[in-house]
Amino acid sequence: MTIRLKPVDAVIIGFGWSGALLAEALSGAGLTVLALERGPFRDTAQDFPPSRVADELRYAVRHDLVVKPAENTITFRNKTSQTALPVRALGSFLPGSGVGGGGVHWNGQTWRFRPSDFTLKSRALARYGKNFLAPDLTIQDWGVSYDELEPFYDRFEYLCGISGQAGNLRGARLPGGNPFEGARARPYPTPPMAMPYAPTLFADAARGVGYHPFPQPSANLSQAYTNPFGVVLGACSYCGFCERFGCGNYAKASPQTTILPILRERAQFSLRTQCTVLTIAHDGKGSKARGVTYTDDSGEVFFQPADLVILSAYTFENIRLLLLSGIGAPYDPASGKGVVGRNYSYQTTSSVALGFADKLLNPFIGAGALGMVIDDWNGDHYDHGPLGFLGGAYLAALATNSRPILNHPTPPGTPRWGAAWKRAVAKSYLRSMRILASGSSLSHRGAYCDLDPTYRDRFRRPLLRLTFDFHPNDLKMSAFATDRLAEIGRAMRPEWLVVDKREAPYSIVPYQSTHNVGGAIIGADPTTSVVNPYLQSWDLDNLFVVGASAFPQNASYNPTGTVAALALRAAEAITTRYLRAPGPLA
Amino acid sequence: MRRRDLLASSAVIALIGCAAQTPESGLQFFTPEEAARVTAIANRLIPADELGPGAGEVGAARFIDRALAGAYGTSRDLYMRPPFLPGVPSQGAQSPLTPAVRYRVGLAALDAHCRAAFAGRGFVDLSGQEQDRVLADLEQGRIAITGGGRAFFDLVLRDTVAGFFADPQYGGNQGMAGWRLIGFPGARYDYRDVVARHGEPYHLPPVALA
Ligand SMILES: Cc1cc2nc3c(=O)[nH]c(=O)nc-3n(C[C@H](O)[C@H](O)[C@H](O)COP(=O)(O)OP(=O)(O)OC[C@H]3O[C@@H](n4cnc5c(N)ncnc54)[C@H](O)[C@@H]3O)c2cc1C
Repeated sequence: MTIRLKPVDAVIIGFGWSGALLAEALSGAGLTVLALERGPFRDTAQDFPPSRVADELRYAVRHDLVVKPAENTITFRNKTSQTALPVRALGSFLPGSGVGGGGVHWNGQTWRFRPSDFTLKSRALARYGKNFLAPDLTIQDWGVSYDELEPFYDRFEYLCGISGQAGNLRGARLPGGNPFEGARARPYPTPPMAMPYAPTLFADAARGVGYHPFPQPSANLSQAYTNPFGVVLGACSYCGFCERFGCGNYAKASPQTTILPILRERAQFSLRTQCTVLTIAHDGKGSKARGVTYTDDSGEVFFQPADLVILSAYTFENIRLLLLSGIGAPYDPASGKGVVGRNYSYQTTSSVALGFADKLLNPFIGAGALGMVIDDWNGDHYDHGPLGFLGGAYLAALATNSRPILNHPTPPGTPRWGAAWKRAVAKSYLRSMRILASGSSLSHRGAYCDLDPTYRDRFRRPLLRLTFDFHPNDLKMSAFATDRLAEIGRAMRPEWLVVDKREAPYSIVPYQSTHNVGGAIIGADPTTSVVNPYLQSWDLDNLFVVGASAFPQNASYNPTGTVAALALRAAEAITTRYLRAPGPLA
Repeated sequence: MRRRDLLASSAVIALIGCAAQTPESGLQFFTPEEAARVTAIANRLIPADELGPGAGEVGAARFIDRALAGAYGTSRDLYMRPPFLPGVPSQGAQSPLTPAVRYRVGLAALDAHCRAAFAGRGFVDLSGQEQDRVLADLEQGRIAITGGGRAFFDLVLRDTVAGFFADPQYGGNQGMAGWRLIGFPGARYDYRDVVARHGEPYHLPPVALA
């Protein structure tokens, strides 16, 4: 028996960054807003006190803040001809569950995409010609430009108090910032973080090679900051327990540390945790969403009517809920037709490990987004023609994740155990570092999501099935970027150096990034996109699908800055236009 | 996953139900004999030397015992619904065998192997050199164990290292021996005063949570 609840103006599915940003905007506009979150309630004082969070086993190894595969997972295969199998233990990515979502245990590397990223396809066609692109690439323009998103990037950075150095202030180049970034209206709200030794060595070497290093824009704050809502964030203490952890210092921007305190004061906002949304109810294409069906820990099923439905449950669950609810035409890889599940893409990462005989790096001094970066091989400011690939990578040295269970580097040739291993670990731990290339990922015909025919979740619903492998374009890009990275590494004059290339097939096992994007993509054309440039469903105009699921392909940067900018832009379109005249916004 | 493994695993699951309770030793999953074997293995994987104690001496068996008695041991949080099909390596491990089952079966099989190969002596009775040879054989997949000898070796190595470097509240890394070995300060949580002091040694001793 489904229990019918009292209607609300807006129901929000999932309370991560996307859900929290929409909840603030909609409740701020006076709507009654209910957020449904499948995971538990969590907040800094009760769940992340410094006396408890510095626990590598619990959080980094056993994944305490991450969704449990027993509750929900996906199935995976590299290509359509294989049988997809369940991801039984998470590896390659670690999506969140619980209040704050992945915004609790993220690193906080807070990027804007470059202007050229939003017109990747038309630009490539114009600059390199039709024959340059492999025929199975399905990349497309976003239908929204950098200039349109700039005010919303700005708003998110000031909400969080991002620490960084501007490189392009209204067209003026500033020293020490990223010379390749799009123009920004304001500088970063707080100055860059203090830089530890390893990133400094990287930056010196990169400068020597002729590159333009700058500090990673960071949601781990260099100093205390009061955001526009009056919420106060603390200063980062460089504790080293950041990615996969909640922050005990209120120093990492998260939904909890930036938005939740004011939402809790608003009578028109409510949040129900341990509530999993099962489907979105509607009367077919061209109608409206009527609300959502969800279940809580008691096993009871509820119907929550709502005038607006915000789907912000992260890429995989956004796609799955659309498919389970029969919203939008499912993508068919054979014909290339259909949209839901189309254009999944990821991040093409690689790294180089280095060890020094004479340098004490003290890698335990760290944060999530602490480091130096070069953007010289990113975007499209250099000629890709002779290189034969599209896309690029940022190269960085981040002082992060050097806790010893998962990180105890040894020089090449060291045995895996025994006395020699022990001596090598003892010598190397304080003297080793890793530098990385974070590369773009182009969408292609064989990379997509649909429903698995065999495996089901605990509510007996089909799991989402992911079919993905790296496109040759991206492997070529990655090989090039990794070579440049290794050159910088060698210029640092280490005692040893090991190059970890990215190779096919893509493996679900080693952690790479939780930058799963696409599948419900943004666009100007309903035959090749799920949502319009305001994240509004083409099929149901009161449904907005918010998150990285909107990316038509992935740039090299971490996604959340762009996720937030798209979300804030959608929120503004809803509150200033849609509420006045409900209907298609594009 | 082969059918033979599946049958073996259900037999072992039955076995686990009557795992020895030995309150006097504080063990929650292992029998005292199993714990002794794990201690011996851990002391070879991370041996005692002039740099400090071995992993077995600082609580590897206790760490693994507690982990196996909890969510980790039973794969409680993992997706464990059938069917279990073999797949390719890029799809990740596909096996109904939980870590608890792997240890119960693996430790018994390893000991049986030793007794057959070394005239009745079990793993703990071997010399350090002999133990190293057995472990190398296990690592190379030369000893047959349900679920795979190499997989069992990798599991024990991973858990031993985890215990050696985890917060001591979990039973391993007693005296913060693992952290002292490498110079990790543990849960200090604040390096603002040293972040920009490049290349200088950090002098404060490690601290643990509990
Ligand atoms: C380890 C890690 C490091 C990262 N580092 C960075 C970084 O440095 N920079 C960066 O830009 N990005 C980073 N990310 C990515 C970043 O966390 C995400 O981009 C961001 O959190 C996305 O926000 P979201 O609200 O769209 O999704 P999420 O944060 O995933 O929130 C979705 C929420 O929906 C809930 N939900 C799902 N299904 C349902 C359902 N059926 N019913 C109800 N609720 C549901 C989930 O429990 C979750 O709380 C990182 C991610 C991880 C995991």
